Amino acid sequence: MTLAHPALSDNQTDVDRKRKVRVVSKRRRRVENALIAYSFIAPNFLGFAVFTLGPILFAFALAFMHWDGSNPMTFAGLDNFWRLFQDKSFLDAFWNTIVYTVVSVPATLICALGLAILLNQKIFGRDFFRTALFFPYVASLVAVAVVWNMIFNPDMGLVNMVLYTIGIAPENLPGWAADRHWAMVTVILFGIWKSMGYYMVIYLAGLQGINSELYEAAGLDGANAWQKFIHVTVPQLAPTTFFVTVMLTIQSFKVFDQVYMITQGGPGTSTLVLVYHIYNEAFISWDLGYSSMIALVLFLLVLTVTVIQFRRQRED
Amino acid sequence: MASISLKKLNKTFGALRVVHDIDLEIADKEFIVLVGPSGCGKSTTLRMIAGLEEISGGELIIGTDLMNDVPSKDRDIAMVFQNYALYPHMTVYRNMAFGLELRKAPRDIIDRQVQEAAKILDITHLLNRKPKALSGGQRQRVALGRAMVRNPAVFLLDEPLSNLDAKLRGTMRAEITKLHKRLDATFIYVTHDQVEAMTMADRIVVMKDGHIQQVDTPQNLYDRPVNMFVAGFIGAPQMNLLPAKLTQEDGRFFALVEDHKLPLPQNFDRSPLAAYEGKDVILGIRPENFHELAPADIDPANTAPFHAVVELAEPMGSEVHLNLIAGGRNLIARVSPRFRSKIGDRVSLVADLTNAQLFDPQTERSILY
Repeated sequence: MTLAHPALSDNQTDVDRKRKVRVVSKRRRRVENALIAYSFIAPNFLGFAVFTLGPILFAFALAFMHWDGSNPMTFAGLDNFWRLFQDKSFLDAFWNTIVYTVVSVPATLICALGLAILLNQKIFGRDFFRTALFFPYVASLVAVAVVWNMIFNPDMGLVNMVLYTIGIAPENLPGWAADRHWAMVTVILFGIWKSMGYYMVIYLAGLQGINSELYEAAGLDGANAWQKFIHVTVPQLAPTTFFVTVMLTIQSFKVFDQVYMITQGGPGTSTLVLVYHIYNEAFISWDLGYSSMIALVLFLLVLTVTVIQFRRQRED
Repeated sequence: MASISLKKLNKTFGALRVVHDIDLEIADKEFIVLVGPSGCGKSTTLRMIAGLEEISGGELIIGTDLMNDVPSKDRDIAMVFQNYALYPHMTVYRNMAFGLELRKAPRDIIDRQVQEAAKILDITHLLNRKPKALSGGQRQRVALGRAMVRNPAVFLLDEPLSNLDAKLRGTMRAEITKLHKRLDATFIYVTHDQVEAMTMADRIVVMKDGHIQQVDTPQNLYDRPVNMFVAGFIGAPQMNLLPAKLTQEDGRFFALVEDHKLPLPQNFDRSPLAAYEGKDVILGIRPENFHELAPADIDPANTAPFHAVVELAEPMGSEVHLNLIAGGRNLIARVSPRFRSKIGDRVSLVADLTNAQLFDPQTERSILY
């Protein structure tokens, strides 16, 4: 049997006690720090949870329910999903959304880039044109849609008057929003016109970030203006183009307001898009379960396309 | 054949004139360095030669052709930029090949040229990398390689080493000098670093405020500066410029600096000295012309004792830079590390006037040259 030296034993206990106190106070400090940090994010997080996360989760659940908003919900399983394939309006809306996206994303991107390059030069009235082109993005959609409807009026709109003046026969003049063949064109043109100013500003920022020495080096290497554009501008703008493409794609899949203001999905279903169809099903037909299923499909569509875009960007 | 002639070359930005009537003849295969402080117009001059800045006035002749309005790509020049300006999205190989590709050179020739340049610059193992995966020194080599592959008659280099650390700068300096010998082309090199200018140039062009101050070989610039600016700019630590009065005693000229009477060498041209007798001048003495003891190879008649108080001693290893105060004036002496002194010590040195300079205090021009 070994006897611990009393003084040594006391010392050891003292050291242990001190160490324990130190550990406890360290832990307490860590908890306090965490609480302080959570208290800072709590207002924002609570707002997000109540107004965003909650409704999203609710909409997900609703996609598998029958509900008209007043009577009790009933479980629908995959009924809403199978219904999609029988719903001609949904299929039309799906196709129209794809068409709108496939046409308007590259068209807006090209217009925005072209304008940015033009307005990045030292030209007369540059600031005025930059402001004028940005204006549609910030102007009230209702107001500009009314003006747009007037300009594109098939009978007495400015555009058809100009087309008539340059020799297009009255029977060949486009019917624009009133014509099922031209309605989607009208909506797309409106979308391009409305958002190209915003993306032009983003491209302007991108252009101004390009090192001017690269153009000088390319000039000395023998590149002409087009070769400088292809070999310097385009690759240097790749991150901006990626951002613009992703944002435009998401925006195009979500298109609603301009359709509502100009064509209300018509004539027929020629401009019916997914979000407009969701709106019809939810707030006209009060079929909240089915409209949530369409919203879920739209979400998956946007997610898939965005993931593909991110993957491709990473590969590049 | 790529001699270059600048005749009354001018550059103005609006009302601001940044390059004034520059006249310069650069011989074929010469290594010319434009040196001067920031804003002296050296880079603008280079950029006018490159065709990156419009020439506001005067003539630029490369070989026998007037080049004022010829696009950069047709001037048979290549340029190395301060920040390298490598295309970030291209590999090293494509960066180097790009100029030849645009000129539609056959693929085998492009490949041969790129491989050859890469071998000379020791960057063959980097050919598949992108610029962001390279160090500063490697990027600099790629920038040089890009210039080399086209076999231009003139290389323009705009402060190419200023982004490198001191050690690498020293190595690259030697490499560029060797490259010049090997390529047999005309090099025009811009720097604000007088060490680069002194070590690399066949001739140096010293510029200030858009004017050429002096064009000469490095040694001549050092030994015979035409004005106080060149005297102060070339040499590190810079030349001591001390207010003095010129006197004559028994047929010999002296510079009186405070209470020091410093004898000027007998071989100095007497007529300009006589014109300044009794007048104020600026005496220039290089820091290495102060010695702790008079060296044996110096004529004692050209030396005089010089007393000063040590303000700071900067040991450099091979030498010590003594920051001194004499009669309220600051000056620097380069002495041997064996010379022991502390801050506040009063030291006695020997001033050697053999290579002394004299300047007019008003015009700042040399009295001797």
